[in-house]
This record gives sequence, C-alpha cells and structure tokens, in this order.
Amino acid sequence: MTATTAHDDHHHAAPKGISRWLTTTNHKEIGTLYLVFSLAMFLVGGAMALVIRAELFAPGLHLVNPEFFNQMTTMHALVMIFGAVMPAFVGLANWMVPLMVGAPDMALPRMNNWSFWILPFAFLILLSTLFMPSGAPASGWTLYPPLSLQGGNSFAFVIFAIHLMGISSIMGAINIIATILNMRAPGMSLLRMPMFVWNWLITAFLLIAVMPVLAGAVTMLLTDRFFGTSFFDAAGGGDPVMYQHIFWFFGHPEVYIMILPAFGIISEIIPTFSRKALFGYTSMVYATASIAFLSFIVWAHHMFTVGMPLGGALFFMYATMIIAVPTGIKVFNWVATMWRGSMTFETPMLFALGFVILFTIGGLSGVMLAIVPTDFQYHDTYFVVAHFHYVLVTGAIFAIMAAVYYWIPKWTGYMYDERLGKIHFWWSTISVNVLFFPQHYLGLAGMPRRIPDYAVQFAEFNLISSIGGFAFGFGQLLFVWIVIKCVRGGKQAEARVWDGARGLEWTVPSPAPLHTFDTPPVVTENTEHSAYLQR
Amino acid sequence: MIAAEDQVKSTNAQTIGKLVVIAVLMFGFGYALVPLYDKFCEITGLGGRTGDQVAELSENQAVDPNRSVKVHFDSNINSQLPWDFEPAETFMEVKPGQMYETHYVARNRSSVPVVAQAVPSVAPGQAALYFNKTECFCFEEQLLMPGEAKEMPVRFFVDSKLPDKVDLITLSYIIYRNDEATSLASSK
Repeated sequence: MTATTAHDDHHHAAPKGISRWLTTTNHKEIGTLYLVFSLAMFLVGGAMALVIRAELFAPGLHLVNPEFFNQMTTMHALVMIFGAVMPAFVGLANWMVPLMVGAPDMALPRMNNWSFWILPFAFLILLSTLFMPSGAPASGWTLYPPLSLQGGNSFAFVIFAIHLMGISSIMGAINIIATILNMRAPGMSLLRMPMFVWNWLITAFLLIAVMPVLAGAVTMLLTDRFFGTSFFDAAGGGDPVMYQHIFWFFGHPEVYIMILPAFGIISEIIPTFSRKALFGYTSMVYATASIAFLSFIVWAHHMFTVGMPLGGALFFMYATMIIAVPTGIKVFNWVATMWRGSMTFETPMLFALGFVILFTIGGLSGVMLAIVPTDFQYHDTYFVVAHFHYVLVTGAIFAIMAAVYYWIPKWTGYMYDERLGKIHFWWSTISVNVLFFPQHYLGLAGMPRRIPDYAVQFAEFNLISSIGGFAFGFGQLLFVWIVIKCVRGGKQAEARVWDGARGLEWTVPSPAPLHTFDTPPVVTENTEHSAYLQR
Repeated sequence: MIAAEDQVKSTNAQTIGKLVVIAVLMFGFGYALVPLYDKFCEITGLGGRTGDQVAELSENQAVDPNRSVKVHFDSNINSQLPWDFEPAETFMEVKPGQMYETHYVARNRSSVPVVAQAVPSVAPGQAALYFNKTECFCFEEQLLMPGEAKEMPVRFFVDSKLPDKVDLITLSYIIYRNDEATSLASSK
C-alpha cells in the first residue's frame, strides 16, 4: 500500500505509522484493513481445522481431549464465519463499491473506521476464552441450550464478542446501503449497477434484518445463564426448541449473507474473461432478491428432527427446494455468459469456474438435505459437513480468492505472479476435493459430526480427508506469499488490468489513488460502466 | 458543489435513520418471537403443550363406547432433584369423553425439604389439544419433607373430538427442583 500514499498530496497530510491505520477514514485503507484481518483470521481458523483433522486422522483419541476438540469445532466455525468470510466480503465492498458506483468514498467514513476497529477487539475477546479456566465455547457455533448454558463463566465473553461482531456488521451494512443508494455517480441508475454492487445491496439488507435477531437470541442465552430468566429453560416454562427457531431465523439468512456477495463477484469475473456481457442481468437481480426473500421462510429445515408436524415439515421442504430455482437461474446465466465467449483462463477465471462447478455440487447436496425423509438420516452427520463446506469453502472462499486475484492489481498497482496463482488454484482445487468429497460418504455411512473419535469402519475416508485437509491448509500459505509478493512489486498493472473488464473501477489508474472520483463521473448508456449492456 | 455535498449528507442521514430503526425493530422482533412462539404452540398444540389451565368436562362430550385410546404415562427427573418420581400405572385404556384419575408417586430421598415443579408434555403434538387435565400436581409447586412420599393425583379426560388416527397418547412429566422455593422452605 506504500504506493498509494504518494497520491495523498492534494488532501491534508495523513498521520504516519500505526496511527494512520487507526484513524483512517479512507474506504480503500479500511478495505485493506478488513482484508488483512480476514486473512489473519482465515489462518487462525484454518489452524483450528487442522487440529480437528489431525485428531480425526485415525480412530481413537490421540492428540487432544474431547472437550478441547469440541472447543475447536465451535471456534473454527465462529472464527471462519464472523472473522474470515464476512469481513472479507465487507473489505471487498469497502474497496470496490465506491469505485464501482463512482463515489469518492463510503457514505459514513468515520463509522466505517469504527465498524472495522471493533472487530479485532471482538476476536481478541473470543479467542481469549481459549485461555480461560472454563475454556472456549464447546457446544457448536449454534450455541444450542441447554448444552451451551452448562459451560463456565467464559460464556459471557463469547456472548459479548458476538454482540460486538453483530454491531460491526450492522454498521458496515448501513454504510454500504447508504453508499449505494445515495452516492452513485450521475446516470448510474439502479439497473446499471454492477452485479457485485447489487448483490451487496441485498446482502446488506439481510444483515440489518437478521443480525439484531442473533443479538436478541444470544442476549436471552446470557440472561438465562446469569440473570435467572428462563427463555429456554423448561423448568421455568421456557422451551429449548424455541432457541433453535430464533437462531435459525437468523442462521439461514446468514448463510446467504456469506454467498450472495460471492455470486456478485463471479458475475463480475465471468463476463470479463469471456469477453461478453453478463447473460440475463435483470434475471440475476431478481434471482438474488428471490433468494434473499426465500431465506426468511426456510429456517426450520435445519431442525426437521425436532419433531414438527407433517404440514410444517412439508412447507419447509418445498420452500427450501424452491430456492434451487433462482440459484439455478444464476448458474445457467453464468454458463450462458461463457457460451461462445472468447474465454481465457487467468487465475481469477479459474477460481470462478471452480466456484461454479463446486458450488453447484454443494447446492445439489443441499437439495438432498432439504428432503425431509432423507434429512432424518443425514441430520448431524458428515454429509452435512461436506455440504456446507462445499458451499462455504469452494463457494464463498473460492469467490473471495477469485476476487483478490481479479482486483489485486488495482489495489497494489502490480500484477500478481500468474504462474504461482495457477499453481495455487490447482493445488487448492484438488486438495479441497480430497478433503471434503470423502465426507459425503462418511455421512451417508452414518458418521456423526462434532465427535473426536469414530468407529474403525470410517478410518479410510477420514485418513484421506485429513491428508486433503493438510494439503489444502498448508497450500494457503502459497496464497499468502503470492499476496505479499504482489504488494512488494511485479509487472506494472495498467488501469484496465484485464482487456475484457468493463466498469468504473477500471477507469482509475492502478494502483487506485487514495482519493478517486472527487468529481463524479457521468454515466450514460454508452460509457464505460455498462459492463452488462455492451462489450 | 458545497450545496450538493450538503444534499448528500442530509439524504445519508435520512437513510441511516431508517436503517437504524429497522435494526432496532428487528432486535425487538427477536424478543417478540418468544410470546408469538408460545401463542402459536398453544393454538396448534405443537411442542406437546397441554396448557396450565384447569379444564372443565363439558356436557356435550359424547362417549363412544366402541372407541378406546391407550394413554401412556411417563416420568423424568432432572438430575438436580434428589427425588423418586414414578407413575402408579404405566398404561391406561380410556374412552374419549370420560373422566379418569390416576396418580404419580414421589418421594424425597434427601435430608432436607425440597420444592419441585413438574412440567407436562403430550405426544403426539396433535393430541395435545384434546388432552385435558381437570386436576394435576403440575398446576402447583410440590413440597416434600425429608424422606416423605406422596401420591399426586392427575384427573383428565380425552376430548371425544380426538382425531381417529390417534390411538396412543403419551403424557410425560419432567420434574425439576425449584431452587428459590426450596431455599425458602428450608429456612422456615
């Protein structure tokens, strides 16, 4: 980022060193902070995943005790969801949304600073529970009572950390909505917005709608545990199943919060490297909106086994399966965009293609899980683990990787090492399938989730999966190296980094100066922005 | 230019105001789900709720002499409660529309007075609406002195409108220690 400071001259002098980053209100610098934080958390959460895979390498208890194993599964999920995936998307939004809509900065630069700087403290609190006498949370990231209420006092720290993460996300979402709705360049009508911006707009509304519900649910847990209420305590007239309803009312929109921005990224990259306009732009917008709407009425498919009446189970089953329709529209639109395009396969495109194929596998196993009778068998098995890792790792994370490769020349001003990027892609794609594909079979054979030991019949697939896990995990160090190398130098990047790229972000020089679009660009039918209307 | 910037600022303020209101309302909605859930369960009988209310046997219950339903009695004791707690009969054949009485037996195994509260649940959920208790030990707290045993009655009837496909109803109780009332009782 050193290159960007040179362009700071026409604004007041920025503080240097650490206070520059602490006090920055610049959307690009805050975007960078988010992305660096997210990468750090990705490595922390990844290390936890490797503890899990090491323990599961062979049957029997070898490395860690069961309590610590449970802490690892819980913390891995919390760190990856709230620390890696969500901040990465918010970081990408910070960097790219103002550039894509022709705004000089985010709508609320100071709140932007605050919403980032809450996060390191939230995770310091969350991770510090690992060193407390009563240990980190060990009841799964869903924190179901009564189990989650039977831990020690460190539970209060977990709840507080989740509150902070929620506040950070809500402020980030408010900022993104205000930027998109009010700061667009003249002529940038809603239906001329890039797909990434559209998907983030809808995601931000989901965040504002459901993060407060999570805050309410965990506050109820807190008061149940420490202040004698009995929201979820049957002895006091409460109901633990109610927690599951409230949690998943948040939880299902949450999983779309983690995938809709990814859909946006893929919808940017595929047209660029196919050198064609995105097929079915308007249908993409409506598909995203339908997915967002449907996410509010399918939550109980996470809890088919609590014993709900047939009518309820059928409703949630059909509503869930309907989601495959808008999602299918998206996949077919991506394929149609590539159809007869002059495609090239640089690293961002490789990750985007990997996303389309592997995310679709995760989507299909999702449809299998939506079917009530089969879900009774798959519930809480490794089949579920395989499903959500296909949509989150080869879905969300692959899309984030694609986005980094796609936009990093714009951020640093240098091209990344294409050869290493391709090695990273192929290494990741092969190892991630070795890691997660066998877990489908483990689940179908009945291996339950969240256990440190298993029957010997599951030994082979677990061995394969662990080998894949270590290969994938250590492979990501190559990604860290590629990013560092690209920040340090490389081939100078042009303003329009990719010849097929369209959109306002490619009209500013690479690296993007600290301040862009001080005078808003004017967007018309025929200008640069129209990534979707012409090519 | 300055005017335009001010314009954007005030539009932003409006947008943010609205969004903050949505966030606050959704926090409230999370809490509103609690009474909504209770009401929903009460109306539909989901979650096996049988209601805390004393039911009355209405006059127009036509007893079908040819129909009989099996009622299964079940008991669970929370690990914090040093009691024995069992149904006197595990099964009973009942005719819908007719009143029956049975009892559970509880004994305090500890050396201190303990107050407990029983929470009923009926399975299957769709039968919960038709299972009525006119008298139940679960309607109030139960105090047992050290070593004391007690027969605790339940009077109930199954509504004759019970759907035909239900031929087995399980009435299950979990009995919990009531910490507050127990400490009051032992301080007396």
